Amino acid sequence: MADQTLDAKGLNCPLPILKAKKALSAMSPGATLEVLATDPGAVKDFQAFARTTGHELVESSTEGNVFRFVLKHKA
Amino acid sequence: MSESSGAKRMSIIVTKGTLDWAYPPFILSTTAAAMGLDVTLFFTFYGLPLLLKDLDLKMSPLGNPAMKMPMAGMHMGMPNVMSMIPGVDAGATVMMKNMMKKKGVASIPELRELAIESGVRMIACQMTMDLFEYKLEDMIEGIELGGAATYIEVATQSEINLFI
Repeated sequence: MADQTLDAKGLNCPLPILKAKKALSAMSPGATLEVLATDPGAVKDFQAFARTTGHELVESSTEGNVFRFVLKHKA
Repeated sequence: MSESSGAKRMSIIVTKGTLDWAYPPFILSTTAAAMGLDVTLFFTFYGLPLLLKDLDLKMSPLGNPAMKMPMAGMHMGMPNVMSMIPGVDAGATVMMKNMMKKKGVASIPELRELAIESGVRMIACQMTMDLFEYKLEDMIEGIELGGAATYIEVATQSEINLFI
């Protein structure tokens, strides 16, 4: 289980990324954030976000029409 | 956002202030800031009203054949002559805002607030302020005034420079 969950379902670009960043800012290094989204564009965007920021994308999966991402706050 | 943070930098010259064209600068600046970049927006000419406290954004289908709204399973454009009719542009604006809300697209006031929150630097073009007689007290708090040289200095220090 992730340390924290962010429900970004129904939100469109760039809100899932912006809200994820906001949540991560309040978290400690090593903590994990689960993001749930319905925006298909979020799949590539979270990969790019992780590569650029250094926060690790430890999981990216799809359940029905919901995309699930788990980000691990960089050390 | 300190001058010596070592972060990558992005600048955008914002020249358009209609509802549709307000999106690219605010989407890109908030996202870049979320990805750790130091961002500067330089508002000039018709982009300047985006800094007003009271945003009253409108759009027009006039001269925009690419603007086709989804309607009854089709995409409908609007003949230019329609925009002459009073209320048509206002109607198109309301339609666009409703569609955006329905699709979970952030509003411009919301994105602008997020930009301010994430430390995006906003510079209002002094010359445009004078030209169009805008007052600093009508603008949102925290903006700076500057001119072309101020922007060029930012641009020389930025990896990404965009003109929108």
